[in-house]
Amino acid sequence: MARKITYQQAINEALDQEMARDPSVIVMGEDVAGGAGAPGDEDSWGGVLGVTKGLYAKHPGRVLDTPISESGYIGAAVGAACNGMRPVAELMFIDFMGVCFDQIFNQAAKFRYMFGGKAKTPVVIRAMYGAGFRAAAQHSQCLYNIFTHIPGLKVVLPSNPYDAKGLLIQSIRDNDPVIFLEHKALYTMEGDVPEESYIVPFGEAAVVQEGDDVTIVAFGRMVNYAKDAGTSLRKKGVQCEIIDPRTTSPMDFDTILESVERTGRLVIVDESHPRCSMASDVSGFIAQEAFGALKAPIQMVTAPHVPVPFAASLEDLYIPSPARIEEAVMRVKEYR
Amino acid sequence: MSSSLTREGLLQAYRTMRTIREFEERLHVDFATGEIPGFVHLYAGEEASATGICMHLNRDDYIASTHRGHGHCIAKGVDPVGMMAEIWGKATGTCKGKGGSMHIADLDVGMLGANGIVGGGGPLICGTALASKLRGSNNVGVCFFGDGASNQGTIFEAMNLAAVWKLPVIFVGENNGYAEATASNFSVACENIADRASAFGMPGVIADGFDFFAVHEAAGEAIKRAREGGGPTLLEVKLSRYYGHFEGDQQTYRAPGEVQKLRETKDCLMQFARRVTSRGELTMAELEAIDVEVKTLIDASVVKAKADPLPKPEDLMADVYVSY
Repeated sequence: MARKITYQQAINEALDQEMARDPSVIVMGEDVAGGAGAPGDEDSWGGVLGVTKGLYAKHPGRVLDTPISESGYIGAAVGAACNGMRPVAELMFIDFMGVCFDQIFNQAAKFRYMFGGKAKTPVVIRAMYGAGFRAAAQHSQCLYNIFTHIPGLKVVLPSNPYDAKGLLIQSIRDNDPVIFLEHKALYTMEGDVPEESYIVPFGEAAVVQEGDDVTIVAFGRMVNYAKDAGTSLRKKGVQCEIIDPRTTSPMDFDTILESVERTGRLVIVDESHPRCSMASDVSGFIAQEAFGALKAPIQMVTAPHVPVPFAASLEDLYIPSPARIEEAVMRVKEYR
Repeated sequence: MSSSLTREGLLQAYRTMRTIREFEERLHVDFATGEIPGFVHLYAGEEASATGICMHLNRDDYIASTHRGHGHCIAKGVDPVGMMAEIWGKATGTCKGKGGSMHIADLDVGMLGANGIVGGGGPLICGTALASKLRGSNNVGVCFFGDGASNQGTIFEAMNLAAVWKLPVIFVGENNGYAEATASNFSVACENIADRASAFGMPGVIADGFDFFAVHEAAGEAIKRAREGGGPTLLEVKLSRYYGHFEGDQQTYRAPGEVQKLRETKDCLMQFARRVTSRGELTMAELEAIDVEVKTLIDASVVKAKADPLPKPEDLMADVYVSY
C-alpha cells in the first residue's frame, strides 16, 4: 500500500528491505552508523544527513563505519563484491570521487570485460550530488556524466521518492557496478511510495508529462523544475512532453527519439556543466538520429562552465531554473 | 632453519618456481621477435616470493597482484597454457584475449587480477578479506605490491583499513630495488618498507626473497595469524628482477654486472636446489626431471598460443556488463 514518505525515507526503506531479504547486502561508508569506537551512541548519525539511520540496530554487524579513506573503502566494497557480497558503499558527496576514482573506473568498471566475462561485481556506490545547499565548489557538483562515460558502470538518477526506492532495490540486485546518485535537495521531497518491495528497471525512461509541442529531457532534480515549467507553459497553451531518463547508463534513447520525431523541438535540462554533459550527449544523439525531424535548434539549459559558487546570489544564478526552462521552450516553440 | 615441507611439498615448490622461470625466460626470448603485443613485465628472479607465499593458500583465499603478475598467477594456480594464450592476445586466453599480461585474472582460483594500476590491489584485497570475515570463514587475502606501490596512498589506506577492521590480510611488499627506473633507496623514505607496519599497528617482517624457505616460513606465520583472527601483517620481501621494468627496458640505471652477479650467487632456484640436494631431501635427477617436464609444458603452451584463434570482431562488444 502506498503512503507518502520522503525521498530520504524511501532510500532508507530500500536498504532496510534488501538487507532483510539478502544477508550478503552490507552498508559501508563514513559515518553510515556514525559513532564507531566513540564513547556515546554507536549509531548517532546514520550517515551525514541521516539517510542510513536505524539500519545499524536492525542489521547488526552489517552497517560498517569506515575511516575517511575513500580509495580504501570504496575499493574494499569492490573487492567484497568480487567475493560474494552485495556491498552498498556510501561516498557521501559525489565530489569525493576525485580521491577514489581509480577503484571505480579502472577496477570495478573494467573487471568483467578485462577478465574475459568471468567477473561479477555487484557493488552499489551511493552518493549525493547537486547544488542548492550553499555548499560551494567541492560539495555541490553533479558529475553523473563522468560516470556515464565509462563502459562497465551503470548510473542511476532518481528524481522522486517512488523511483528512489525502486531504482535502489534494482541497483542492489543488479550484478554490475552501479553509481546511485541522490540529489541532496530532494531528500525532503514527499511522494507516494508502496510499502512493499518493488523494482524500477534500468534503461526505461518515465514520461512524466505528455504533450506534442516541445520535448523536454531533464535529469535528476531538474525533472521537477521541468514539471514546474511545464505546468506554467500549459497555462500559456504550450504542451510539453517531459521525459525523465531515470538512468543515464543504460539510457533510454528510444523514448527520447520517438518523442522528438513527433514534436520536432527539444530542450534538455541538465544541472551539470554544459561541455561533455548529458545535455550535449542527448543533443548529439538527436542531431545524428533525428536531424530531419527537428523544426528548431536544440536548446540546452545547463549550469555555466564555472565551479559552483558559494554566495546565494551567485548559486541561484548558477542552477538552471524553471524560468530559464520556460524561456528555452518558448525559443524553440517560436523559432521561425 | 628446518623445513616444514614434505617431500611432495618440496617438489611442488620447485616445480612452481621452475614453471615461473621457464615461462618468463621464454617470454623474454619471444617478446624480442616483436610477435607479442603490448607491455610485458617479467617476474624472473622473484619466484621464491610468489611460491613461498602461495603455497600456504588454498583456492578460496584471494590474491591481488601487480604489473609483474605472471609469477603470482602461476603460483596461485592459474593455468600457464591459458596465460600464454592471453599474453599472445588469443581468444583461448585466460581472459579471452581481453586483458593481456597486465590484467590476467582467474577468480575461480582466487586470483583477483594482475593490475595495471600501481597500488590498485590493496583496497580490493581488503574487500575480499572483509567478505571472508563476515561469512565466518578463515580465508585470507594477500596483496602483492612493489616498492613503487609502497608509496601509493591506496596501500596506506588499505593497511589502515585492514588494521582497523582486523582483516585477514597479508600485505606483501616485493622490494626489487627499482620502481620502474627509480631506486627504492631514493623513493622509499624509510630504510625498509616493513618499518611502516608500526604506523598501522601491525607486525612488519622482512624476508630474503632469494631464499624460498625464508619467505615460506615468514609467510606461514603471517597467514596463520590472519586465519586465526590476529589481523594483518606487512611482509617485505627483498629480492631482484632479472629483466627490465618492462621488456625492452635497457636497464642503464642498474650497475654493470648487477644481474649477472645475482644470478650466479643468489638465484632462488639455485639456492633451493643446492639446499634440498645437500640435505638429501631431493635428488638432482628429480629436479632435472621437473625441468624437462616444465620446459615441455611451456614449449607446448607457446606452440598452442601461436596457433590459437584471435578474438572475433563480435567479441569486441561482449562482456562489458552482466546485463545492459
